[in-house]
This record gives sequence, structure tokens and C-alpha cells, in this order.
Amino acid sequence: MRVRLEIDGRTVDVEPRPGQVLRTLLRELGVHGVKKGCDAGDCGACTVLLDGAPVHSCLYPAHRLDGTAVTTVEGLGTPDDLHPVQRAFVDAAGFQCGFCTAGMVVTVAAMDDAQRADLPRALKGNICRCTGYRSVVDAVHGTVNVEPDATAGGSAAAPAATRVVTGREPYTLDVRTPDLLHLAVLGSPHASARVVSVDARAALALPGVRAVLTHADAPATLFSTGRHQNRLEDPDDTRVLDPVLRFRGQRVAAVVADSPAEAERALAALVVEYAVLPAVHDPEQARRPGAWAVHGDKDAATSRLVDPGRNTVAELHAERGDVSAAVARAAAVVTGTWTTARVSHVALETHATRGWLDADGRLVLRTSSQVPYLVRDEIARVFDLDRERVRVFTARVGGGFGGKQELLTEDLVALAVLRTGRAVQYEMSREDEFTRAPLRHPMRVRVTVAADAGGTLTALAVDQLMDTGAYGNHGVGVMYHSVHESVAVYRCANVRVDAQSVYTNNPPSGAFRGYGLGQVTFAVESAMDDLARALGIDPVELRRRNVLRPGDPVRTVEEHVPADITYDGEHGAGACLDLVADALAGPDDVPAPPGWPAGQGVALAMIATIPPRGHFADAVVRLLPDGTVELEVGTADFGSGSTTVHAQLVAQVLGTVPGRVRIRQSDTDVAGFDTGAYGSTGVVVAGRAVHAAATALAATVRERAAGLGVPDGVPADGGWRGEGRFLTAADLLAAGPLEGRGHHDGRQRTVAFNVHGVRVAVDPDSGEVRVLRSVHAADAGVVLNPEQLRGQVEGGVAQGFGSALLEEVRVDDAGRVTTSTLRAYRVPRLADVPLTHVLFAPTHSDLGPLGAKSMSEAPYNPVAPAVANAVRDAVGVRPYGLPMTRDRVWLLLHPEEAGRASRAPGPTG
Amino acid sequence: MGYTPDTQVLFPQAMDLVDVRDVRVARTRPQTVPLPGEVVLGGGTWLFSEPQPGVHGLVDVTTAGWEPWTRTPDGLRVAATCTLAELAAIPAQPGWSAQSLFGTAVDALLGSWKIHRVATVGGNLCLALPAGPMIALAAALDGTALVWTPDGGERRVPVLDLVTGVRRTTLRAGEVLRAVDLPEHALTARVASRRASLSALGRSAAFVLARRDADGTFVLTVTASTDRPRQVRLPGVPTDVPTDVPTAADVVDAVDAIGDWYDDPHGDPRWRRATTLRFARELRDELAGGAA
Repeated sequence: MRVRLEIDGRTVDVEPRPGQVLRTLLRELGVHGVKKGCDAGDCGACTVLLDGAPVHSCLYPAHRLDGTAVTTVEGLGTPDDLHPVQRAFVDAAGFQCGFCTAGMVVTVAAMDDAQRADLPRALKGNICRCTGYRSVVDAVHGTVNVEPDATAGGSAAAPAATRVVTGREPYTLDVRTPDLLHLAVLGSPHASARVVSVDARAALALPGVRAVLTHADAPATLFSTGRHQNRLEDPDDTRVLDPVLRFRGQRVAAVVADSPAEAERALAALVVEYAVLPAVHDPEQARRPGAWAVHGDKDAATSRLVDPGRNTVAELHAERGDVSAAVARAAAVVTGTWTTARVSHVALETHATRGWLDADGRLVLRTSSQVPYLVRDEIARVFDLDRERVRVFTARVGGGFGGKQELLTEDLVALAVLRTGRAVQYEMSREDEFTRAPLRHPMRVRVTVAADAGGTLTALAVDQLMDTGAYGNHGVGVMYHSVHESVAVYRCANVRVDAQSVYTNNPPSGAFRGYGLGQVTFAVESAMDDLARALGIDPVELRRRNVLRPGDPVRTVEEHVPADITYDGEHGAGACLDLVADALAGPDDVPAPPGWPAGQGVALAMIATIPPRGHFADAVVRLLPDGTVELEVGTADFGSGSTTVHAQLVAQVLGTVPGRVRIRQSDTDVAGFDTGAYGSTGVVVAGRAVHAAATALAATVRERAAGLGVPDGVPADGGWRGEGRFLTAADLLAAGPLEGRGHHDGRQRTVAFNVHGVRVAVDPDSGEVRVLRSVHAADAGVVLNPEQLRGQVEGGVAQGFGSALLEEVRVDDAGRVTTSTLRAYRVPRLADVPLTHVLFAPTHSDLGPLGAKSMSEAPYNPVAPAVANAVRDAVGVRPYGLPMTRDRVWLLLHPEEAGRASRAPGPTG
Repeated sequence: MGYTPDTQVLFPQAMDLVDVRDVRVARTRPQTVPLPGEVVLGGGTWLFSEPQPGVHGLVDVTTAGWEPWTRTPDGLRVAATCTLAELAAIPAQPGWSAQSLFGTAVDALLGSWKIHRVATVGGNLCLALPAGPMIALAAALDGTALVWTPDGGERRVPVLDLVTGVRRTTLRAGEVLRAVDLPEHALTARVASRRASLSALGRSAAFVLARRDADGTFVLTVTASTDRPRQVRLPGVPTDVPTDVPTAADVVDAVDAIGDWYDDPHGDPRWRRATTLRFARELRDELAGGAA
């Protein structure tokens, strides 16, 4: 049946397909401001006004639309004529990646005063994974947080702000590609099986089906979905389509068809015969002799695995000093075993790639990635193409958090494009994100800490076991990182580290904000808290005494002093501890309910400012005749705000404003090279390259100006000002183009610190942990954009609270994910995130641009242990497992109930 | 004004109901009868939230013209197509103290106010999820489902017996839930409720509603912590005041006898049991004493 409706003031007459919803109808008509975050009515990114009232358009049947008027974020306002709510989101810096913003803006625009006064309830249907919601609340209340035209050190708005809030900023799939085919993936119904045969005849006979791809069609080249600068750091254990299936949901085959529906329907017509294989799901069992070898077919050397025969991707067993002797002599010793949960990134934009062949026959991939250059290199390798024959780029990326440091959709699209010669898209669903995309590594961490009577740490031992799942992507890097800064943060003469990364037939784990540090920091900082208790020393004081000091070697078990990393500059750790101790003494922001015991806790985390062994960035800055400046840089913008800072740095050096800096980025055809937006490097590596390029341009401008008779002056307003004269860009460019190039290799690194402090009350009846006051100090060096950095810290802290109290991707003992929707998985909503007071330590680092340090991942790391320590302080019993959900905290307080028949016991020891 | 021809080109998107071949918009009673392969569409807020393999047709009953709610000689009739927002907005009726539970139950839905405007009372009932707040409300108020049978007849079944398990009801093929009748004696009762969740405004892990009728009958309805609505009915206890509620011990014992506590990602069954028992005790105390 046809429907006639108004969309943003335009009349459209269209025939929706049976079973179609408003969201897909709008996007098919090119209204790309309407986003897909979940397609289940949970996240709110697709919210539109229907006859003036908001609905989740992903759930609204399209056949009901006749005679209605739909207003989307695009219809509310334009970049030049913002709706007041859009203006408020710009002014408040009320977004980071901005993918949720369309839905936020529309929802807020429809609120009445009562709803504005009860935002936790009124926004419970809008998920933001980036901000931690404080800036969203500021937007609703009209708080202005940005400063117009601010250069480095000021709170400039994101360059894309007005486009983001009006739905005009294109994300990965927000563009029309004619004659686009769609790819759907058949997931394995078994946790461990071999594909015996795939009969695609019936599927191929269905209307619209263009190709069926199986392992027989795919290159046999092994690679890793995890991407690093040095590809040899990740194990080659993955195929585009593998005849061996190692987890439920793993790709079995793919259908390429004219529409998503035809592709989806054809999956049901594939006849696959499986031979079910043994499986192992428990990492402790997986490493025992005789366990099913998940990658028993792999050659250790070729795939770079420690021992596939015992499911070991990587392991480390080393000691500096003598831990046992130190423990024997110690005045106090604490030992415990902590566990952490699988967590999903929940970047609101799911993984997606659209690919095609350009006019020269080159493979082009437009993808939602943090690492387009590394994807380009690996796609070229897997498909045996010259690097020059592949172009990979990103539009604005709707959140990443490490989850897009993976090659998850690009390879299948490449295969389909090369096979069909057509443009092909693969867009993951939210369920795919829970079942097919990597999750945070769950870890079991045993820690022993010992100290002398004076409170000097004498031994620190960590024994870590992590379930890397069915594939080893990031299973090496996360393991090494997890036991590095979490241990190196303390000066200690006797250190032992045991770590093992093992395969199971569970969903793969991968890179996630903090890259393993959060899990081990949870254990170490919990143990340190108990150590302080055992010694009768204030927990902040114990950390002050033992934390690394400037000039100390940054190391764990190594005897030598590492050369590539130093603790330079001021004592950021000490400053953060002092800031938190003082701020935590402030009044409660939320009162403790009567009868709830209260307690407080702190935790400390350290992070290296750059990943080891080099992280590279190139940048080009050129002066344009109209006085604007063009910046080319490889780094993708996925919400971390590095692009804002890049514009500020250029503006600062060239005497202009960020709004006059045009940015071309994250495209392998544009800038020289960029390792990628991971490891918190957007400012300290790419920012250095950008700063260097701008500085180089300034120098060439100076030469040119001297040639024009104005040697003494400064770059200003897109030209050169000096000696009472102003040379315009056109004057300067008359003798030829002017550009500067910059490069940074990130080889020299320093460390940054974060301290979180929290006071909580615990309901003995329900197990609820209520945060009364939350404070966080960050050692970010010189702060280049205070509002944006506050947002980064708050967002990381909010994710920390999620891991601490709410989030867990549950996988049953057969490897089946039982929380595959946002309604079953508790990602923090506005109501769940407490206010956090964010403080910056007055430090600087000579290694970062203008003295800055990196600060994206790190705020996550100390939150969970701080909360656990506060719960321990409040109730006298220590939680050993994450998340500390209400049922688990209650069980902690009612050990007599633990024996009652139930599912597996909570992680209470 | 229309789109230019260029923009009329459709670029297909994923996540529609891909197996659906036909949508029937029901305007008369015979048209509401779902045929094999068809399902009844209320608001659609759940139906469209998940893939529905094997569903080939939708029968939209929101077009059938059913009054969202009507007062009846014996209380209130709520149409299956009444939205949650419409239910919550029913003007306060004199003497209906239990009407306060309407808003409470709507607020108990995990879905936002944007969902409330589309989701229907009948859809929530027929979905038969443990945390379904309309099930809780209707069961707590002795609601009776009016079911249209495909032969043109109708039958009535207490909501307590309509929902028999997770995603299970006693609706038979071709039957359509037409309405829920809430009786006067329940609407005029004193009521109270408690709800627990693992997050601040999260999905219900235990949603317990209590009612004390004029004759002293104490009715406790347990949902979300059990796979289906469970009810404990205890007669009023004769005392100096005409009647009083049963003792806390009696209430707790009766609730604990349910014995079968639901286990899903929204809460450990041991915690759900303890929470439910605590709520039962609190609700008994809250409704104890005073005139009914």
C-alpha cells in the first residue's frame, strides 16, 4: 500500500515494503541524519518526531505513515540556522562521536518542562557511550562550555559540531552509492565444528541473490583481525572464511544480494553440513594438557603462537628480585584472586564497510575504522594486491573505544567487491556486535602484595589468565600491556609476573579502552587497598610512598632500565593523589540513604602515553589563497576529539582560528601515513606531526614574507602581519604554493596517571551501590582543550562505572552469548552515571605537543577498583568480581544464601 | 512539493521484518483473525525489535477502531490497542485508588516514554515476558482478558491464567486479545507496589503489587522474579477493627511457597527471591491497619 507523508516539510509518496519500518524508509530516501544504533528501540539514535511527538523510528511500522508528518534532526535546523536545542548541544559540547546526537537532539526538542526536570527518566531511551552524559545534561540546561575561536589551551568546539547536531555530518554509511549490493553473514550454530559442505544452489536461485561466498572462495591467507603498526605483533590465525568454526556466530558463508532483505532471506536457504568437534570454554581447562586444541591445526612459528597445542597464544613468566623471600620477610601480605567480565564496546555506530572499484579499478573501502592505513595494508596482503591498488578511508566514525582497531567487515566486503565487481556493503547489527565482534578480555588475576612495617612495598606478584576466545586478535598485545603499567606503577624491588593468553571456543576478545590495564589494575589496586588496611596506613598515603617518581625506571620484571620510556616532567602521580584526597573530602553530591553503610575508596592507574615500538603520523599543512589553511592528517575522528585539537594546534601556530582550518583526514589517498587512532595517540603522536607541519609552514611563510620585504612579523589571520603591513595569503602564494610537512614516530614515551576516588553507600537489603561523591584526577600534561578533555575523562569514567557496576556480556558454558541486545546488556544510561568532579594535575611533558600528554583510554582504568575499595570500606567484605551488580553485592552480604540452588555463584572469592 | 526523481531511488536498509510478505490493516472483526503465518500487530515495539523468522504476515489491529478505554458497569475496559501512554493518561476516577498503579506500571517498562506512545497494553500482555508490566498490572487488579475466538465467539480468561510462562499464553491459533476488564472491587482497593532492577531505571527483576480490598482480602501479585505472574490471596483477619491484613509471616510464607524463581541476566534468582519476600513484607506492612 502506498503512503503519502511529509518528511521535514517535503511531501513524499512511497510504497513501503511489508514489514518495513520508518527508520529504513527514511534512510532509503536519503535522510541520513537518522541513525541506526540498535534497531530495537533501546538506544534512541533513530528518534524522529511523528506528528510532533518523538518515536523510535526503528520500531515504527512504515505502513502506518499515510497522512503523517515526520520531522528528523535534519528538519529541525541547518548548520546556518540551528534549532535552539542544536545550538545548545554545540555550545555545551554535548557530544563526542556524535552518532547518538541526532536522536538526543530530537528527543530533547520534544520534552516538556517536567521532562527536562527529570532527565534520567526522560532520556532513559537515549544511550550515549562517549560522554558520560554530563555534557548532554549541560546542553539540555543551556550551559555553554565552548569558547568561540579558541586555539590550543581553550575549549574550542569540534570542527564538525554544527553538522553533527543537524544530522549533516556523514558517517560511514551516510552516502548514496548507486547499484549497491548488500552482504549478509551466516553465523555458525556450533561453538566448534568443521564445515563439511555448503550447498548454495537454492540460495543462488532466489531473487536478487548475486553471489554466495564460502571458504572455497576466500583466500587461504592467515591474518589477524587485530591491527598494529607492526603486523607481526598479532598472530596470523584467521581466514576471511574459515572451514573450521571456533565460536558460535563465526562466519560460515556470506550472501551478496540486491537488498539486505534478500541477502538475509537467502541465508536460510543455504544448506550447510557441519561436523561437530570437541570444544573447550573454560580458560583454566583450556590450558591443561589434553584439552581440545582450538587452533591445533596451526603452526606455532607461522602463526606466531607460543603453543597452539595447549591453546596458548602468549605467555610470560618472569621475576625481578625474589618475591618469595620478600613475602617471607614482610610485615603484611595480601593475596587474592579477582575476576573481570566480558564487556561490549557499544560504539553506537556498528562496524560497517562499503566498498567498490573506482574508475581505475582500484579497490576502495569506506569503513568505520580507527586504523584505515593498517586495514589498507592488510587487505592488500590478504588479497595479494599492491598497496597502491587499495584505498581505505573513513568518514566520521561513530565511536570506537578500541573495537575498531580490528578488521571485521572490510575483508568480506573486499572479497565480495572483487568477486562481483559491484559496490557492496556489510553493516553489522547490534546483535553481531555482541556475538561476532570482539569483547573486552575477561581475566582471572591473582595478586600478592607485601610491604614492610613502614609501608614500603617489598613484593608485587601478578598471575593473570585471560580468555582470548576463539581467535588471537590482540590476545598478545593485551596480555603484555595488561601486566605492564598496572605493575610498573609501583617502585618495588621484587616483582613477579605470570600471564597467559589462552584460546577457548568462546567469542573472541579484543582491544578495548585501556587495553587490558583496567582488568589487572582492578586486582592490583584492590590488593593495595587491603595492604593499606593490613598496615594501618591510609590508602592514599600507601600509594604516595610507593608510586613511581619522576626519573624512576618504568619497568616490571626487566633487570635493565628501558630506554624508550621515562617518567619525565613533574610528579603527576603525586599530584593526582593529592588532588583526589582533597576533593574526596568534599561534601556528598548525593545524600546517603538512612541505614546504608557508607565507605570510600581510591585507586591509581598508570598508562604509557604511546604504545611501544613506534607509532607514526604524517601531516601536511598548506596555505590556501582565501587565507584558510588546509590540514591533511591520517588520524580518524571517532569522538576522541583529536581533530579538534589538531585544528587548534594549527590555528595557534599560524595565528588563525580553528574554524579557518580545513581538515582532510583518515584517507590513505590523502596523508602520507598514520598508524591509527589507537593507544591514545591522537594528540601526542598525530598532534606532534600536525604541530610540526604547521611550524614548518610558518617558517616557509616567514621566508616568503622576507622575500616580499616583511621579514619581521608573525603569521596572522591567514596571512603575515609585520612592520605595519599585512601580506594576504594571495600575496604570499603569488610565488608558488606554501606548505609544511610534519612527521612523528612516537618512539619516545612517557607515562600518565589517573586517580579515582569515590564514596558510596550500600543498601544492605538490595545490594545497590549508590555513589555519593566521585572525583577523578588526570595527569594530562598541558591541557589543550579543557572542555573536551573533561569529556574524555567523564566518558572513560562512565565506562568504568559500567564495568564496575553494570555491564557483562554473559556467555554460557556452551559458548552462547545470552545478552545480545541492549535491553539485556546494561550499558549505562543517564540514570546510572554519577556526577564526577574532574581535576587536572598541573604537569607537562616535553614529549607531547605544547606539553600535553595523552588522555583517552586511561580514565577508565582506576574506576572499578576505587568503587570496589569503597564497597569494601562500607560493608566490610571485599568484592572480588566485576561487575558488582546489586544481586552480587547482596550475595556478598548474605553468604548464607550462596548455597541456595541457583545458577553459577557470583564472583565472591 | 515532492522529492526529485533522483531521491526517489530506494537504497534498501537492513532490519525490517524480512520474511513479512503482507500487512493486513484490520478494520472489521473478521479482518482481525490471524491466519497461519500471520501474527497480530499491536504497537509493534517488540515485534519490530527482533528478527521474526517465519512471520509472513502482520495483522494490524490498531486500526480496528477500539476505544482505548471505557468505563463499564463493573469497572474499566482497556482495549488491547490502548497505548501505555493512553492508559497512564486516563483521568483520575473518583474512588479508584488503584488507578495510581497505572502510571507505576507504565513507568516500570524498560522502554522510554517514546515507546509508551506506541506500545499497547494488549501487546505487552500477549508478549508474556516475565517483566511485562501490563501483565503485572492486569493480574494484580484481577483483570480478565476478553478473547475473540476465530469462530466469531469470545471467551474470558483471568490474566493470571492467560500468561502461563515465558513467551507462553493460553491464546490459541486465530484468537485475538480484544480487551482487559478491570473490576471495580480491585480499582477501589488500596494498593501499593515495589520494583527492583539491577540498574536505576532498568528492566524489572522483581515487580510486586499489593492490593487490599474492602472486604479485607489481601492480594499480592508477583511478577518479573517469576516466569509468569504468581498471586497470593489471603483473606482478611478478623480483629477489633473490622478486618486486618494477614500477618507478615503468613504473607512471606505464602510467597516463598512459589518456590520457582526466575533466572536470566536481569538478576540472580536467590536475590530475586529475597527481594520479593522483602517487598511482600513491606507491602503487607504498608497496607496493614486503617480502614480498607
